[in-house]
Amino acid sequence: MTLDAGLDQPLRVVNVGLELFAEQIEAQGAAVDRVDWRPPAGGPDIASLLARLED
Amino acid sequence: MAVRAVVRRSFYQDSMVLMSVAARLRGQPGVREAAALMGTPANHALLAAAGLASPEVKGAAPGDLVLVVDAESEAAAAAALEAAGAMLEERSRASGVLRRPRTLEAALAARPDANLAVISVPGAYAALEARTALRGGLHVFLFSDNVSLADEVELKRLAAARGLLCMGPDCGTAYLGGIGLGFANVVPRGRIGCVAASGTGLQAVVSQLAALGEGISHGIGVGGRDLSAEVGGTMTTLALAALARDPRTEAIVVISKPPSAAALPALESAIRATGKPVVVCCLGAASSGAPGTWVSTLDDAADAAAALLRGVSWSPRAFSDPDSVRARLAALGPARGTIRGLYTGGTLAHEARLLLEPLLGATGHRILDLGADEFTVGRPHPMLDPDARAAQVREAARDRDVGVVLLDVVLGRGTHPNPAGVVARAVRDARETAARAGRGLLAVASVVGTDADPQGRRHQVEELRAAGVEVLPSNAQAARFVALALRPELALALLGPR
Repeated sequence: MTLDAGLDQPLRVVNVGLELFAEQIEAQGAAVDRVDWRPPAGGPDIASLLARLED
Repeated sequence: MAVRAVVRRSFYQDSMVLMSVAARLRGQPGVREAAALMGTPANHALLAAAGLASPEVKGAAPGDLVLVVDAESEAAAAAALEAAGAMLEERSRASGVLRRPRTLEAALAARPDANLAVISVPGAYAALEARTALRGGLHVFLFSDNVSLADEVELKRLAAARGLLCMGPDCGTAYLGGIGLGFANVVPRGRIGCVAASGTGLQAVVSQLAALGEGISHGIGVGGRDLSAEVGGTMTTLALAALARDPRTEAIVVISKPPSAAALPALESAIRATGKPVVVCCLGAASSGAPGTWVSTLDDAADAAAALLRGVSWSPRAFSDPDSVRARLAALGPARGTIRGLYTGGTLAHEARLLLEPLLGATGHRILDLGADEFTVGRPHPMLDPDARAAQVREAARDRDVGVVLLDVVLGRGTHPNPAGVVARAVRDARETAARAGRGLLAVASVVGTDADPQGRRHQVEELRAAGVEVLPSNAQAARFVALALRPELALALLGPR
């Protein structure tokens, strides 16, 4: 959904991080999927490097 | 005394869970101190400094959970660690964590109609996740701070090129289509759209608008650095264009720190292009002939926007109820000493500084933003975990130079369930400490929020007043009240003739 569709489209949320934000959005009636996030192996620098290599 | 630690490999937990695990450990019989943290380099340094870097802890990686207890006996330490372990197992089972996708890519593959990613992982990893979301065609709400400026520039360029919002990094609050994201007050929908480079600034304006009977269409957060020279207002201009096209939005409020000279032309032309009334609250900047109605406080931003829509005239005011301010000041008598401002909202701290400096000069007063990056590495934001601020309130009472503490209490979904209660306890302790030393301590606060918020504004105000806190209707009014308490001769300028 880009901004061309306007700002009033129903939200379909993916939450990556604090669980309380997912709960709070659900409590307002929007659908939320949660990622069971954990730090990538090797730390942020290696992960960032790998992501760039994939480009 | 026994210090015991356990490391659970590949067992990442977010900072809120860690906070509750640490609290559970501390509540166990015979436990003196406890910590629950991930094995990051910063946390290893903390543990070493505390003398808790045992051999089993030293090998912990950032994805490994470390639990440490300092207890009266080996048996007490072991029992406490067992209780914390049971709590974590129960939590994993109850929340269905085992069935969830482990990466954002996997979640997007399973849910191709997702349109917004809410990201609050530690800053070092946040840009990676945001990039993945934007490439997948999702708007991003990026709560994480400690994201580099270079990453921010790149993410926002990517978002703008795809017609997507990248709200943040360091975006505390937003509203899209009536749904509040992050720290969001419960406010009605209405006809005012906001673009905010400040989470608490947005919270203060929408709460004040609600008190005036106005609702908001959308509140687009952009992160505190959007109008910097480097970022150039990429998201502010995109958000203004989106609100210009939005049929619900009849007037717009822009909230930010002063724009850099490099970003100002883009901001001005975006404001002009909206064709709608725009109120600009760039705290610390004067209008200098730019388009829009420029105001200098968050209070004024809400008042001016409501007045513009209603077609009535508006002028800034120092206090909404000067007579009651006069009466309170007379009852309190003059205050002495310096101000210690202890803020959870960065923009509120900034606003207080801007108001106080011209009135009092910069002699010894300290206004701290406890949500700044330097205070939040490896720990939750003070709106989630108010204990760090409470400790600072108690500490301020031990400083013989401090005569006034100035505070914000920010309500809303996502924030602590009872921030006023934590502040009230700390203020009671602080005032006792000061009284024992033969000093007075004036505590002044404002409450950002509405009666519809989970904490209830009225209830929170009552709780503060019961602890002897002077509560003003807004942050600007609280700051001016403090100035008057310290310098009664300002009364004519701020309160007008009697």
